[in-house]
Amino acid sequence: MDNLRLLLDGFANVASPGNLLVALIGVVAGTAVGVLPGIGPAMTVALLLPVTYGMDPTQAFILFAGIFYGGMYGGSTTSILLNTPGESSSVITSIEGNKMAKAGRAAQALATAAIGSFVAGTIATLALVLVTPVVVRFAVSLGAPDYFAIMLLAFVAVSATLGGSRVRGFASLLAGLVIGTVGIDGVTGQQRLTLGIPQLADGIDVVVVAVGIFAVGEALWVAAHLRRKAVPVVPVGRPWMGAEDWRRSWKPWLRGTALGFPFGALPAGGAEIPTFLSYATEKRLARRPEEFGNGAIEGVAGPEAANNASAAGTLVPMLAIGLPTTAVSAVMLAAFESYGIQPGPLLFERQPTLVWTLIASLFVGNLLLLVLNLPLAPAWARLLRIPRPYLYAGILFFASMGAYAVNAQPFDLILLLLLGLLGFGMRRFGLPVLPLIVGVILGPRAELQGRRSLQLSGGDLSGLLGGPVSYTIYAVILVLLAWPLIKRFVRRG
Amino acid sequence: MSRAEQTRDRAQYGVCAVLALTGALVIADALRITHLTSSNDPIGPRPVPMLLGACLLAVAVAYGIDVARGGRGEPEAGEDVDLTTRVDWRTVLLLIGAFLLNAALIDWLGWVISGTILFWGSAFALGNRHHVRGLLIAVALALITFYAFAIGLGVNLPAGVLQGIL
Repeated sequence: MDNLRLLLDGFANVASPGNLLVALIGVVAGTAVGVLPGIGPAMTVALLLPVTYGMDPTQAFILFAGIFYGGMYGGSTTSILLNTPGESSSVITSIEGNKMAKAGRAAQALATAAIGSFVAGTIATLALVLVTPVVVRFAVSLGAPDYFAIMLLAFVAVSATLGGSRVRGFASLLAGLVIGTVGIDGVTGQQRLTLGIPQLADGIDVVVVAVGIFAVGEALWVAAHLRRKAVPVVPVGRPWMGAEDWRRSWKPWLRGTALGFPFGALPAGGAEIPTFLSYATEKRLARRPEEFGNGAIEGVAGPEAANNASAAGTLVPMLAIGLPTTAVSAVMLAAFESYGIQPGPLLFERQPTLVWTLIASLFVGNLLLLVLNLPLAPAWARLLRIPRPYLYAGILFFASMGAYAVNAQPFDLILLLLLGLLGFGMRRFGLPVLPLIVGVILGPRAELQGRRSLQLSGGDLSGLLGGPVSYTIYAVILVLLAWPLIKRFVRRG
Repeated sequence: MSRAEQTRDRAQYGVCAVLALTGALVIADALRITHLTSSNDPIGPRPVPMLLGACLLAVAVAYGIDVARGGRGEPEAGEDVDLTTRVDWRTVLLLIGAFLLNAALIDWLGWVISGTILFWGSAFALGNRHHVRGLLIAVALALITFYAFAIGLGVNLPAGVLQGIL
């Protein structure tokens, strides 16, 4: 029960008035920014990164926990009150949520989303407490070849997602890997791809990449296609639920959580699949399936819980192995690194206070979110009416501020613009951005682990194969890569 | 919608060209690196960029084949995105202008002035016609962020010509 003691210590750390205030600021800022249309959870975390620059790591992590859940919740508010697709993880929520809102049941839709997020977030964070130490124990036993294989698996899994175009996914991944290669090679001191520009010798800061791709790219893309007519916002009062709504919601919350957490915790995670599965499950189990498509509360409760649970699930590989599987966890990982903190199994040994304070603040943030969001929902709804020129000008303003503050050099602003144009192009041509971010963050580490493996084998390529763990992972990679062929074969046979 | 029903998007060949060019650049750069190996590092700094360059060339070819067969990437949708309109280059170029102006002026004029120009210029580019209100918001944001981040939290933001006044 050593972990329980550490978790309680974590709670004790969060419970000081100063830290509670930081958690509160994180939750409010995360929700407020996440509610703004066009700003998804990943951009929320990226834009709010500079807020943490002047803080000590513990406080910064408490703030992150708040921003993390706040940004998620803000995104679903947007999708319920505006009938337009936002980020992929809340698309499913918007199907029934917006129908409910239009039928005058916005208050109930928001309530089931808020309470469902709380239930799912709390259960999933508990699961995180139980599962992560197990994964850490496993991860400690892994060698360089195994890590190399795990990272390759992450590359393949984020690039070759179900339903997406593989060639576009891999193009995005390679762009990220190339960006990650820029700078002085850590082992030999050779400059790679710096084009003789001294500022590039230290490499391109991941924060600049994340802000450029998510914030600047998105702002430029929206600017190019700005909807000139305002989207109608459904007016909303204080969220509440009747007894009937409670009765219909609690089972979908639990089922959504059960679907969301494992999917999030797998290296091939992401919220799209569990939210979709939860929607399909609720539709099949519903007593009145004909309500689906016309505003069924189960269709909001289930996917919303799945979304939040999978978000908590993604923290398992992120904290225990240092493996980001979603855009939000990728940006969080970048934030950790800016503090010189390397997530992975050793993190729990070296900085137990920090990790367990982060986990404790996830619980606290979740509770604060519930307490705040029920009364504040009408205020959040007003944020949706913010004039678009100010909104997107504000995104560019804060993006520039954040990117400049990393190294205090105007060169980074030029880099930010170039990355923004890259993000613009990727949105225009339907290239997914997640593989790029994962490539930038994991590329250098995969190279390090790969070279370390070869060092052990004296340069012989067999050194990359390692032991049973990496064999298994390579088998999974092969199945993922060959999946379209396998599917065709099975269908024929 | 099936692939054949959609209009061909020939601009995608441009993406192939960019991928191929990047691949060639990465390989050329890798060949320039002195090949250093040691017992600590048997493969040296070269193989990884070589491999990436080769993969880029391969993906460029695969992408080209996909486009030729009618493959198309869906432009990203969003809350404020109206995909039925054409790309509004005027707005995009004006935004880039405001952005570059900030990059050029930030060290000299300081964040408060250059940030004001950035916000006001971007809002103008995006169609804001309340110039005075836009300017007031811009100045307020720039001052608040400067005092909160640079002075309050110790974040790196330059005071520029206003050094000593702020």
